[in-house]
Amino acid sequence: MIEVQNLTKRYGRVTAVDDISFRVERGEILGFLGPNGAGKTTTMRILTGYMPATEGKAFVAGFDVFEQPIDAKRRTGYLPETPPLYPDMTVLEYLAFVAKIKGVPPADQKQRVRAVMERTHVADMANRMCSKLSKGYKQRVGLAQALIHNPDVLILDEPTAGLDPKQINETRMLIKELAGDHTIVLSTHILPEVSQTCQRVVIINKGKVVAVDTPGNLTDRLKGSSTMYIQVDANGSDASAVLNSVAGVTRVVESDRRDSLVGYEVMSESGRDVRRELANTVVTRGWGLVELRPARVSLEEVFIALTDIDEPPAPQAEGEQPNA
Amino acid sequence: MRNILAIAGKELKSYFASPIAYIVIGCFAALYGFFFIAILRYFVGASMQAGLTGPQAMNVNQQLIRPLLQNVTVVVLFLLPMVTMRTYSEEKRSGTIELLLTSPLTDFQIVIGKFLGAMALYGAMLAVTLFHFAVLFYFGRPEWKPVLTAYLGLILFGGCFISLGLFISSLSKNQIVAATSTFAVFLLLWVITWIGSFIGPGGDKLTAYLSIVDHFDDFTKGVIDTSHLIYYISFITFGLFLTAKSVESERWRG
Repeated sequence: MIEVQNLTKRYGRVTAVDDISFRVERGEILGFLGPNGAGKTTTMRILTGYMPATEGKAFVAGFDVFEQPIDAKRRTGYLPETPPLYPDMTVLEYLAFVAKIKGVPPADQKQRVRAVMERTHVADMANRMCSKLSKGYKQRVGLAQALIHNPDVLILDEPTAGLDPKQINETRMLIKELAGDHTIVLSTHILPEVSQTCQRVVIINKGKVVAVDTPGNLTDRLKGSSTMYIQVDANGSDASAVLNSVAGVTRVVESDRRDSLVGYEVMSESGRDVRRELANTVVTRGWGLVELRPARVSLEEVFIALTDIDEPPAPQAEGEQPNA
Repeated sequence: MRNILAIAGKELKSYFASPIAYIVIGCFAALYGFFFIAILRYFVGASMQAGLTGPQAMNVNQQLIRPLLQNVTVVVLFLLPMVTMRTYSEEKRSGTIELLLTSPLTDFQIVIGKFLGAMALYGAMLAVTLFHFAVLFYFGRPEWKPVLTAYLGLILFGGCFISLGLFISSLSKNQIVAATSTFAVFLLLWVITWIGSFIGPGGDKLTAYLSIVDHFDDFTKGVIDTSHLIYYISFITFGLFLTAKSVESERWRG
């Protein structure tokens, strides 16, 4: 549905997007992940035909966005970072105007406006001025605007930025609902968002693609799935040596301690599930087994690891790195 | 065409949704009314005197309508920057330009739509003067043909300012910057004839050709000279062309 080939965008001497290539299949939700200033918005603006690329090609729904911009734009819905609302129009007037300029046939306009208002839950604000809407409603009207011509491709630039947790959740649900009918590309710098809504992730940093994969694979790829977290109440004795002696365990690291409760990260030979043996060992010793679970790496860690691997000379420039 | 009208309609609506349309039309009505009364009083006084000295009647078209419409051009010079200042600046500042530029519209459709929207407001402003003309036609017998050509001239004259104003607005995110520079350029095009006499032989002809008001004069006399028509139409076309190019260059620069 979307194909990007060797896309490069330079602003003067600054390279915002550097030789990016990726594909998005029909009905898929692709997450575009990167720190602020990584080139997410620029890539999206190129895809929507807002600005041309310096080099490379981009196709949306089979149309080259540079050669056939009108055809491509007819099939693209775009929600920029700030919803492009006219403050002096009511929601209804605004959506009617957008329907006109997006080329919705006049006979269908009314029905489309009503349909998107239902879909994005803004119908109760139909006669409210856009300038008087709350941030959450503005975002939803922005989404309604992007949907009005029932586009094949939806491009959403940070759709949940600035919303409260409830609104974020609603927006995510809505985006998930929309997938299938629409191919969606959304950008974000918030990692949980990607793992919750997207089927595939493109991580970009400083204009370059660092990784393309499913959120699950990305976390697996970094650490394997063979690290377990175990929390034991060993009545004050040191459990690490005992855990280390379990067959298949390669390393045990103490990760936290609260009174007599001690948590360990247990690494095992890859592909070997040592949970049963671990549980057995702890229980036969008469200790309390409080918690045992696979220690999944968060996308945060994946992200930091990937962007650091890519840029070893200047780790300091990345800003603060949260202590996991 | 539907796209152009959609943009034009939106522009016109946004003028009337904000105070701009009311302020511009209100100011215009007040100033025009003032000029109308002042010139009418003068005309009435002069024609009474003329009636005393001899039997010849004063010409309403020559001595009333012409100076009146020339004053209109001055008012227009002051008011039109307020009409055009927000056309692009506001869209750029609020980010709605992203909506327009990512919609299936060409840059020219957007520019022409905005131009027509501003022209419609200008037309609404000129419509105020119809009232005063109705009074003149009711009480006097002016010739209507020169009045008609004068209106054509006014529309073309305003079109030049609007196309130029659009271009200047497309250069800045700031409405005040756009309005001020538009006003400065308008004024310069106005007074350019003043330097005509001392920039060497032929200079006065050159500046008279460039001056945007000198071309208007013939229209008030009831003359439609193709050279003036061509001047105005090419001015408007060039202004719109520059605007479209400026928007396009903005895309490239990002």
